[in-house]
Amino acid sequence: MLRETAIGAYQIFLIILLAPLLTGIIKKTKAFFQTRKGPNVFQPYFDLYKYLQKESVVSEHTSWIFRVTPLIYFSSMLVVTAIVPVVATHSLLAFTADLILIIYLFALARFFLALAGLDAGSAFGGMGSSREMAVAAIAEPAFMLPLFTMAVAAGTTNLTGIVQSVVTGGEGVLTLAHLMSFMALFVVAVAETGRIPVDNPDTHLELTMIHEGMLLEYSGRDLALLSLGVSIKQVLIFTLLANIFFPWGIATVFSIGALLTGTLVFILKLLIIGIVMAVVETSFAKTRLFKVPDLLLGSFLIGLLGLVSKFVFRG
Amino acid sequence: MPVFNELLFTVMLGSLLLGALLSFLLQNKPRLSILVGFSFANLACLTGLVLGPTLLLSKRSLDIILPWSVVGANLQFSLDPLAAFFISVISVLSLSVSIFSYGYARAYIGKQNVGVLGLFYNLFIFSMIALVSSSNTFMFIFFWEIMSLVSYFLVVYEHHDSRVRRAGFIYIVMTHIGTAFIIIAFLLLYKETGSYNFAQYASLTHDLSPNVKTVIFILITLGFGTKAGIVPLHIWLPKAHPAAPSNVSAIMSGVMLKTAIYGFIRITFDVLGVGPIWWGVLILIIGAVSALLGVMYALMEHDIKRLLAYHSVENIGIILMGIGVALIFISYGYNDLALIGLTAGLFHVLNHAVFKGLLFLGAGAVHYSTHTRNIEDMGGLLKKMPWTGFFFLIGSISISAIPPFNGFVSEWLTYQALLAMGSAKLGVAMNIMGPVLGAALALTGALAAACFVKAFGIMFLAVPRSIKAEKAQEVPLTMLVGMGLLALLCIIFGVMPYMAIQVLSPVTASLIGMETIPLLGGYRWLNVTPVMGQGVGVGATSISPLIILFVLVLSAFLVYLLINRVSKFRKARIDETWNCGIALTSKMEYTATSFSKPIRIMFRAIFQPTREIEKEYVLKPYLTSRIKYYGSIKPFFEDIFYRPQLKFILKLADKVTLLQSGSIQLYLGYIFVTLVVLLIFAG
Repeated sequence: MLRETAIGAYQIFLIILLAPLLTGIIKKTKAFFQTRKGPNVFQPYFDLYKYLQKESVVSEHTSWIFRVTPLIYFSSMLVVTAIVPVVATHSLLAFTADLILIIYLFALARFFLALAGLDAGSAFGGMGSSREMAVAAIAEPAFMLPLFTMAVAAGTTNLTGIVQSVVTGGEGVLTLAHLMSFMALFVVAVAETGRIPVDNPDTHLELTMIHEGMLLEYSGRDLALLSLGVSIKQVLIFTLLANIFFPWGIATVFSIGALLTGTLVFILKLLIIGIVMAVVETSFAKTRLFKVPDLLLGSFLIGLLGLVSKFVFRG
Repeated sequence: MPVFNELLFTVMLGSLLLGALLSFLLQNKPRLSILVGFSFANLACLTGLVLGPTLLLSKRSLDIILPWSVVGANLQFSLDPLAAFFISVISVLSLSVSIFSYGYARAYIGKQNVGVLGLFYNLFIFSMIALVSSSNTFMFIFFWEIMSLVSYFLVVYEHHDSRVRRAGFIYIVMTHIGTAFIIIAFLLLYKETGSYNFAQYASLTHDLSPNVKTVIFILITLGFGTKAGIVPLHIWLPKAHPAAPSNVSAIMSGVMLKTAIYGFIRITFDVLGVGPIWWGVLILIIGAVSALLGVMYALMEHDIKRLLAYHSVENIGIILMGIGVALIFISYGYNDLALIGLTAGLFHVLNHAVFKGLLFLGAGAVHYSTHTRNIEDMGGLLKKMPWTGFFFLIGSISISAIPPFNGFVSEWLTYQALLAMGSAKLGVAMNIMGPVLGAALALTGALAAACFVKAFGIMFLAVPRSIKAEKAQEVPLTMLVGMGLLALLCIIFGVMPYMAIQVLSPVTASLIGMETIPLLGGYRWLNVTPVMGQGVGVGATSISPLIILFVLVLSAFLVYLLINRVSKFRKARIDETWNCGIALTSKMEYTATSFSKPIRIMFRAIFQPTREIEKEYVLKPYLTSRIKYYGSIKPFFEDIFYRPQLKFILKLADKVTLLQSGSIQLYLGYIFVTLVVLLIFAG
């Protein structure tokens, strides 16, 4: 019991620690492809430190919703961190939470962030909220369907159950259904982490932005919490991608060796996904907002084909 | 105990009738009339709250035989577990609404006859309680009709407004079309079995021909579907709900629609028994379509009560999805899996009653202090009405199925039921349909969240958009207590779902012979665990909203402490909103129309939006003096489904006028011809 708790805590700690680094690495990789020097990979940590040293400025028009949102956003991400299996198939809250809950905890965070975007009364915030909710809505079925395919194959929506079933080569591993579901979820991951071609994470004050619009009124420690929260969400979504579809290397037993391998493999997987994301971001232009549904519909259809092939071809 | 329970039932119905009568008699003393009328309603609901759960926990039915009989049918109230569950749902919502009404009804003093409101309000609750307790089709129809008529009078309560009268007309026409289908179904049942009695049907319908059963099934789906508001029979909902006073809309949406669900469950599960697979598939698809279209139309509404009415269509859809899955599993003989779907559906009946009741009361409270239902005229209300805003937020989160509130748990169970369809041995088509409809439910949930970000954000946040909103004040205490009770229930059923699921045990046991205990998992008071198909699961899935809430609060608290230590500044500086250097006015804020625009464009195939922009210039094309914007979406079902029928009926009526010319000589001629014809045949 104690050992399991320790591993769970270790995973939470690892994700929080790695989250800004991953953001930094993606930025650096993008800079490399754009033949820029780019900021230091540790810059996101310095930024967080800087935000914490600054005073928080809050608009006179806002209500308590604006003040509690960073806390709610961050703690929802923390709870998800405690559910997802990271370096071991075990997690702190695995016994009491599942995939659907994770997606709805993301929804909780988004719900409050979108409200906070509207709270200050500026058009930028409202624009961000409106677009975020619209894109999230059409991303949701494309997000869920590949996960459902995996859940049905494993016979449970419990993440530990799914990961274990894939690791032990259960029904439908490395089949067409498996790979297509991965592809579908990858596209959704682009949308959910607010990257090009859906959103541009590097822009402020442009009419194209989605996510940044909602954060515009935040400053100081509130901004620190939110940007760390956003980084954590990104790691979590990459972790879902990595561990649901390619969990190999994850620790299935509680030994120091297995955990060490698990940690290394996990970091490697994160790096690969992060770099692929950076490549995707540099090789595409941001699409118009109203073209985003086409992209997500495509991802949904791939997911649907994955599901169909699972039953029709038995794999 | 039976004697005691019988007494409770009599007290409940008696106090409702007494409340109705006294409230009407005291109409010249409006304050007293309100106090007496709603107090009796409260008394009745409190007894209902004792009676319903007591019956459920004792797992026994209660039969009350009345000393009369009509056309061979004994008049008898029969409170089996299903009826007891619905009595509990009706009581729990009506209690909060009646407390709310003490304050709310005062707004009508001097404008309307509050005695009439009290009369019909009490009769309305009375008819619903009596309806779900009826033991035979005869009484069922009788109370169904009373419920329809009384609710019609409540809808047209503000009858000086011609739009209200028109809404009422559409409501009464639609509801009677539904009733006609139900009456035909019941008469057919009587013809085939020779009985009116629900309890006897189970044995009598066993050897009915499948065709007859199918006809009855279609008829009750149409009949109850009209009342429940499935697409495309939903058109009366967004008209009638806004027209009625808010306390009445809360009850209509929260529980009156559920009486249709009650009737549907009663007939399909109890009377018709196991049916072919396509019954379940039909209900499941109707549910999914209603859920999706309901929420989409809701997104386009700016009238808060119309918006909520469309969400009723959505939630009825979600309830039907659960019931549809249950029907499919029953047809295949997997009663253990049907349990998940049925529990999800019934639990959502309770949850929807609670959070939709809360939201309608919230809308009523906002209307009470701003005198508008248009959310574009609101804004900044959270500061003026902090408690109303807080309760409305809880309702918004619950209806968006966001944890740890109650809507999440029942939707989670619905997901599990749909995924169980994916894993059980049902054939490829069913296997694929389950997860795909799960994705449809995901879309519904996300759109609902978008809709309530819009509703709450535009109504309660930012800067007031009109003088009305600027002058808003918090509502009286009784109204807050009514909303607060429901908000509390949203949390309780959200974090302790076992309370509701356990109470559902006798209901599911009586309907499909399975108790809900396996759904509660090993740590009964903590976890909710659905059982997946036999031989398909490696480990059961379980969630515990209580632990999640605990961890959420704990981590928020720790993060708060930590960040207070780390950051230099404890307090935030209050300053202007950054607005590119211009002073912010309410005109610059995002509106509900602009908020929903991305969705309107993404789903333009469904909405078919049209817009017109008129510009007036000072100096064309550089200086614009005013811009007028009209936007609307195509009322698809009115245009495609109803208008052609209406035209046909009007045409037919035109033809009929040839017979009915108004000339008495002609009518005498008809009588004469008829007489001659009859004489010929008689001879």
